[in-house]
Amino acid sequence: MKFENYGRGIAKGMSVTIKHLLRHPTVSQYPEQRLNTSRRIRGNELIWSKEKCTGCATCAKTCHEGAIEIETSPNLVNNKYEVEKYQVDTGYCIMCGLCVEACPFEALFMGTTYEAAKYRRDELVQEKEDMMLEAGVKQPSGYFYPDYAAALPRQTLLIERITEEQMKPAKMEPKTETKTEKTAEAEKK
Amino acid sequence: MIMSNLDLNNLGNLQKVLPPDWPGGFWWHWLVFTTIIINAVLILVMAFIYIERRGMGRMQSRLGPNRTGPFGIFQPVADAIKVLLKEDIVPDTADKVVHWLAPLIAFVPTLMIFAVVPFGAGWSLAGDLNVGVLYVTAIGSISTVGVFMAGWGSSNKYSLLGAMRNVAAVVSYEMPLVLSVASVVLLAGSLSLHEIVQAQSIPFILLQPLAFLIFFMAGCAEINRSPFDLMEADSEIVAGFHTEYSGMKFAMFYLVEYAEALALSALITTFFLGGWQGPLLPPNFQWLWFVAKVFIVFFVMVWTRTTLPRVRIDQLMGFSWKFLLPLSIINLIATAIQVLVLPEGSLWVMIPVNFTIAAVLILIGSNFFTPGRGRVEV
Repeated sequence: MKFENYGRGIAKGMSVTIKHLLRHPTVSQYPEQRLNTSRRIRGNELIWSKEKCTGCATCAKTCHEGAIEIETSPNLVNNKYEVEKYQVDTGYCIMCGLCVEACPFEALFMGTTYEAAKYRRDELVQEKEDMMLEAGVKQPSGYFYPDYAAALPRQTLLIERITEEQMKPAKMEPKTETKTEKTAEAEKK
Repeated sequence: MIMSNLDLNNLGNLQKVLPPDWPGGFWWHWLVFTTIIINAVLILVMAFIYIERRGMGRMQSRLGPNRTGPFGIFQPVADAIKVLLKEDIVPDTADKVVHWLAPLIAFVPTLMIFAVVPFGAGWSLAGDLNVGVLYVTAIGSISTVGVFMAGWGSSNKYSLLGAMRNVAAVVSYEMPLVLSVASVVLLAGSLSLHEIVQAQSIPFILLQPLAFLIFFMAGCAEINRSPFDLMEADSEIVAGFHTEYSGMKFAMFYLVEYAEALALSALITTFFLGGWQGPLLPPNFQWLWFVAKVFIVFFVMVWTRTTLPRVRIDQLMGFSWKFLLPLSIINLIATAIQVLVLPEGSLWVMIPVNFTIAAVLILIGSNFFTPGRGRVEV
């Protein structure tokens, strides 16, 4: 005579739900509370450095969607090309990041924005003034640039909020990362 | 026994049983108490909806509604206003009168249960009704008629199927429910809810643990709460009997659902948890104990609802007829023997005895009952 089905499973399940009642919920309320994205996020925009860009148009050639349009004119005084027009239609952009990887002068970065929905297709077109790195408004992502990635805040994972065991190493890690960041800067110098 | 207690002259003239400090006699008492009961039920139902949604959310690692007012406490109010403003749609082929009457017939008996529930010492519309338990069990099942009318009047097969399931569940679970109350009545020696509360120097949950479990489960099955909510199983039959209801009529059914949960919590408090009795509080504030116990019971109902998956219809029937009914009958007989054999005032002896009986019966009963195992046994 085996005694198996006397409600032990019910008691187990009830203990699981009561544990969840006492835990922090696994959700964040989006517009007010934002999670840190991945440091290597490929956001819905490009960021372009006016100083580093030489107008070689490698990015435009690499882009298989034809989203990048670039026009240059020769500047005979400085013996270089002036970029007259640098325009990205993010409606065509598939955020593959090939242009960033192709740029030989490290002048192009992926952005960190992910809220780029617009009402009109025209508004999706980025002019070079919108995407200037030197303006300092937009944060370049760490995609393809490990030094930038090291400086960005660590990605928040919701699992760390509900499991207490993983909380402590998560708090420890940023310190070690700042160290590696410093060493990276030191290596540069 | 019932007949000897039932003094017909006294029943007609309720004024004699009322506490003398009520001004104006019966009708004032009736007016004041009806107003209090209706308002209390509505407010408690809103509190219940809030507790259920927030508690269930937290148990499922969500937050639950938290936007309307501080901590989302006005969410039930906002829902009520939304539902009131919605269009009332009646199907073309519906039986109009039945369709219209069904929410009322479901709601009124639920409200009538609170007429006999004692909120405090002598605090109820008819707390000393000497057939209180009979009244409660009789009135409590009338809501099913309203539900069945809703299912029939909607002229929708899902509605009818849900209503039929409800009727089947109520018919099956009424028997273990009443038999488990009968053992409480044996211990208290009275059918009056007021006297049952006063008889609980020890809460009857300690003296009758098995009856408490059976009453809780059968009650949950009767008022369609999860895991027995087959009548409104969303994944099988759209929304059960209230598929074709919208607007205010739907709000009535929603209200009935929670008012029934409130009534069941109040009855469990009265029968098993000592009602308004409790330490520390002065006599005029003992209703706070009652409300606190009602909330605790309802929290356990939310807890089980969150935890347990829905049973199948054959499991629902089998659980009642093969498990709860034999156990409640054996428990009733055991209680009757204890009441006869044990001398007066030996309630403390009954606690270990009844806990042993409960454990042995559940172990043996569970060995004979297996829920389905894939076979459909209707």
